[in-house]
Amino acid sequence: MQQASWQDAVYEALRRAGIRQLAYVPDAGHARLIARAHEDPEMRAIVLTTEEEGVALATGAWLGGERAVLLMQSSGVGNCINMLSLPQNAHVPFFTLITMRGEWGEFNPWQVPMGSATPRVLEAMGVHVLRAERAEEAAATVEAAAALAFDSTVSVAVLLSQRLIGPKVFVR
Amino acid sequence: MTSELDRRAVVAALLKEPGELLVVAGLGTATYDVGAVAERSLNFYLWGAMGGAAMVGLGLALAQPDRRVLVITGDGEMLMGLGALATIAAQRPQNLAIAVLDNASYGETGGQQSHTALGVDLAAVATGCGWTHVCRVREAAELDTLRRRLREEPLFAVIPVSRSEPSRHLPPRDGAFLSSRFRATLGVA
Repeated sequence: MQQASWQDAVYEALRRAGIRQLAYVPDAGHARLIARAHEDPEMRAIVLTTEEEGVALATGAWLGGERAVLLMQSSGVGNCINMLSLPQNAHVPFFTLITMRGEWGEFNPWQVPMGSATPRVLEAMGVHVLRAERAEEAAATVEAAAALAFDSTVSVAVLLSQRLIGPKVFVR
Repeated sequence: MTSELDRRAVVAALLKEPGELLVVAGLGTATYDVGAVAERSLNFYLWGAMGGAAMVGLGLALAQPDRRVLVITGDGEMLMGLGALATIAAQRPQNLAIAVLDNASYGETGGQQSHTALGVDLAAVATGCGWTHVCRVREAAELDTLRRRLREEPLFAVIPVSRSEPSRHLPPRDGAFLSSRFRATLGVA
């Protein structure tokens, strides 16, 4: 598993950031993180039926003194739009890692509209957007984003580019 | 489903002597009800985020496993986030209960019929999602037992209530104030 190295580094960054609840809608690009979370007795892995559940969950976690992360694909960002008003209004951190579709060599045209709109949609809802393009910068970007979210109490998304995830995951 | 139970009297019964119960109130009349009968620092009122009350409750319950969490919401708010019933059942938190005040209508927007007036059975949905503690309460005499069960069991309760609109009571709606107050009281700020 060539990709495991940078994804494991990202997982370690999440642990160092004190994340205890990892909510996700399954995605191939997040598969390694999801597997690590399920193996980790210190992490609660929470499978969602739709992404906005994770925004509300993260707010509840913070109210209770824990930190959460939401893992989703860019197609899930649209499902979250109104719920993003919750952490913003409640002055609660929100932290999400988003695997991008619809950009680098996308083969499925149905992924393109939401993928193309993802950064603008997030920014329109007050979410700070960081982006990781290369394997060697992914963990550092996640670490910086977590610090921004939890130390400065804002909503932060890290876009993991489709180039980084690699076409191998998606193309048959 | 018609009922003579008054929603505010129901909420007053459920929140009697709340102690350190952590309460999440769903958008709409449920927020007004909770604020009217027991305004306190361990209540978190949702003034938006429709469909999110149960999931706020889950995140809180997982973070505070030694405390009891009660979500009080309406049928319309619950209907918008039905998937949460599946997500919560899959996690099986023992310290989270949900009470749905079911007036079978959207009271905030003109009283339009909700799906529970049209045949949808929220208790059956919860059972189908894997909730093992589910009940329907129709009589005022059952409320004392319901209050106890909501504080001891991972219970999903549906309480049909009348459509009468109680006087509007507006609890604090500054979310930053509510979250800061809640966390400070809980000792996690």
